[in-house]
This record gives sequence, structure tokens and C-alpha cells, in this order.
Amino acid sequence: MRDLVTTAGQTVGPFFHYALPYDGGPHLVPPGSAGAIRLAGTVYDGAGAPVPDAMLEIRQADAAGRVPVVEGSLRRDGVFTGWGRAATDAVGRYAFTTVAPAPTRPGVAAYFAVTLFARGLLDRLFTRIYLPGPELSDDPFLRSLPDDRRRTLVAERDVDGNLRLDLRLQGEQETVFLAFPRHRDR
Amino acid sequence: MAMTATTPPLASQASISEEIERIQHETKPGQTSTRLDFSPYRSTLLRHPVKELRTLDPEEVELYAPVFGHSDVDPTEADLTLHPGGEPIGERMVVTGRVVDGDGRPVRRQLVELWQANAAGRYVHKRDDHPAPLDPHFHGAGRCLTDDDGWYRFTTIKPGPYPWRNHHNAWRPAHLHFSLFGREFTQRLVTQMYFPGDPLLALDPIYQAITEQAARDRLVAAYDHDTSQHEWATGYRWDVVLTGAHATPLEREDSDA
Repeated sequence: MRDLVTTAGQTVGPFFHYALPYDGGPHLVPPGSAGAIRLAGTVYDGAGAPVPDAMLEIRQADAAGRVPVVEGSLRRDGVFTGWGRAATDAVGRYAFTTVAPAPTRPGVAAYFAVTLFARGLLDRLFTRIYLPGPELSDDPFLRSLPDDRRRTLVAERDVDGNLRLDLRLQGEQETVFLAFPRHRDR
Repeated sequence: MAMTATTPPLASQASISEEIERIQHETKPGQTSTRLDFSPYRSTLLRHPVKELRTLDPEEVELYAPVFGHSDVDPTEADLTLHPGGEPIGERMVVTGRVVDGDGRPVRRQLVELWQANAAGRYVHKRDDHPAPLDPHFHGAGRCLTDDDGWYRFTTIKPGPYPWRNHHNAWRPAHLHFSLFGREFTQRLVTQMYFPGDPLLALDPIYQAITEQAARDRLVAAYDHDTSQHEWATGYRWDVVLTGAHATPLEREDSDA
């Protein structure tokens, strides 16, 4: 089939907060529930300043490596949908409450798929947040990256299992951002 | 407002327009996606990646968009003019169109989100300090699900243009913000819909960051008389094409099983 010209993206702008974030958006599971962890970090610009008007969306597998394909993310009712949305706060921080995903198949590491939006960012960016662990060294994509680039994609885990990764839009330690094959221009 | 020594004077529209034209000339023809590195929109300077994006095949997590349904969205959320206190001020309009993927397949039963300024060009947002009136009967955010053939439909009022501080005497053309999902996580789109014949389009560094005219045109709705409603609302038609999907529908059925 022929490729159609796709509709181009435009910045989410500065005024999305009353429309896109919603109650429960960052809580894929209730805080404090069994197996709940925090996934958090700060979004920085190219000068190292926090970005207070960014928004992240995450998509993930569950603790057994299954990707849920169920509705209910906007009005959560105890069902794990594997999708969440969080705006950054006044000092650029984002935070989700969720469960740690497992790999979806042998030979690849577990990660959160991430979409990032911000004022001043003209189109969405895709990236991944990997969980730390021994599987990382076998993951074909991570192996294809030089050490300093790979580090931008791997979260740190604290003793409670909470994950932390900062995202950097630009600069020396810029996050590795992703394109998928069907994103090509035509 | 007093200008401090560290604040550079705001650029004129003429110099911004010149910069837009120069970058568009330098951009290779055929780039239909929006440039991330586009200095006429000043806030991009420190917010665009300078390293190349890494292209990779999506894994399973990225092959499934989030799913939304009637438990998520109430049908009344598609009418932004509904307000318990009364009708909003402005030109009532219906905006409708079809969402398809890069292969022309309709995106069925998927979430579409809309947010916008009111008829005076003011958002219900605590950081919008444009001295235009708020409308007590207009919130300016809505949602709907596409139908089985990919159609979405909103009733709202036409937003006004508004000033911003990108450069001296800068005005955003009237627009609706849209947020769309496809069948895959990779197809996510946030964009803006504009109105035909708006003289501000030529001056706008956000719209002009799409360097190819044909791709820019895709963001401009068409007035559609068949959508207009007798003695009630004008109608606009705006279709959306998401990027192509990576998994074929057949593969998807297999993996759903």
C-alpha cells in the first residue's frame, strides 16, 4: 500500500495542563499497593535547566512481561492498563507509580516506552527507560550503543526498588531519542 | 516593562520572517515532518536534540497503543459548548474528520483530545496572562473516541488569535490543539489545527517549522458546508494521517489470540 503524507506534529505548547494531565494519570497502580514502585526523574534542557512544562507518557508490560491491551487509563478502576501520563512540576520533575515491567521475550531487557512533549519542543520525542540488571548486557539494541549513550537510557534503582532517570533534551549527556522505521519522511 | 541589560531586545517580525525563509530554503525538499531545530521559535534553542535520533524496530511494548473506551470517555465530552451556567461567547462550530494511518486504514475507537483558547484568545490556564477576558461558560478542553470508520466530531467555538512573547508583536494564528493515538505506541501525534485563509499563518514560526508547503497545508482545516448546520453552527473538516503501522493487522490478530 502506498504511504500517505503524514500529518506533522506541533508543540504541545505551554497551556496543556488544564486539558491533558488528569487525576490518576501518573498512577498506573495505586500508591502503596503491593509491588508498587516509583519511576521518577527530572527533565533538563540544553543549559541544564529543569523543564517545568514537559509531559511524559509511558507504555509498559506488567510484572509478567505481558502488555495489557485493555481500556480504562483515563478513569482507573483497579485494572492495570500499562499506560500513564505525567506532567513535570515547577522544578521539572516527573513521577509515576507503577509496577516494574518484565521483558516481553527472552533476550531483550525490560523497559518503559516513553513519549516526551514540551513547550519549545516542536514534535514529540520517543525514548526508552530501561530497568537496571544483568539482561542489559545481552540486549541487542543497548549493545549497539556506545557506553556513554547507553547510560542515558538506564534507570538507577534504590533499595526499595524505586527507579530514577533524568531526561536531557540536548547537550553532552543528551538522552538517546528514537525513531521507528515508519517515521521516515515522504 | 523595564528591559534589563541581560535581556536581548525582541526580534522584529521582519527578521523572524527572514530567518524562517532562510531555514526553509536550506532544508532539503521532502521533509514532511516538523523540524525540531528551528530557531525562529526561540524556545526551541535549548530544547531540541542535537544528536541524531536512533532508528530501531519497535518491540512489543511499542506495537500497542493504549486502549480507550466508553469507560474512559463520556459522549458529552465532545461538546465543548455544554456548560451548566450557559452558552460560551463565540462562533459555534462543528469540527469533524477522519483519522487514518499511513496506509490509509481507519483508526477505530481511539482517543482524540482537543484543547483551545476561547473566542477572545485566552486559555483557562493559570499562566496565561493575556489581558483578554475569560469566558465563564467556556473551559476549552474536550475528548472523544473515533467511530468504527475513524471519524471524530467535536462541537466548540472558534478560538481567537493571541499574542505571545517569541518576538515583538508576535501573534499565534487561531488554532485547536489536538492529541491523537493510533493503533501503535509509535503513531502518537500531538499537533495543531489551523483555519483557512488566516493571514497569521505566514508569520508563525511554529506552523512554519514544517518546511514543506504540502505538509503545512495538512494542518489547515477546510470550511465544509455539508458539516455546517442550519441556523446552528458552521462546519470544518480536518482529516489526520498518522504514521504507518509496523505490525500488520494479521500479525496483530495472531498476537491478540
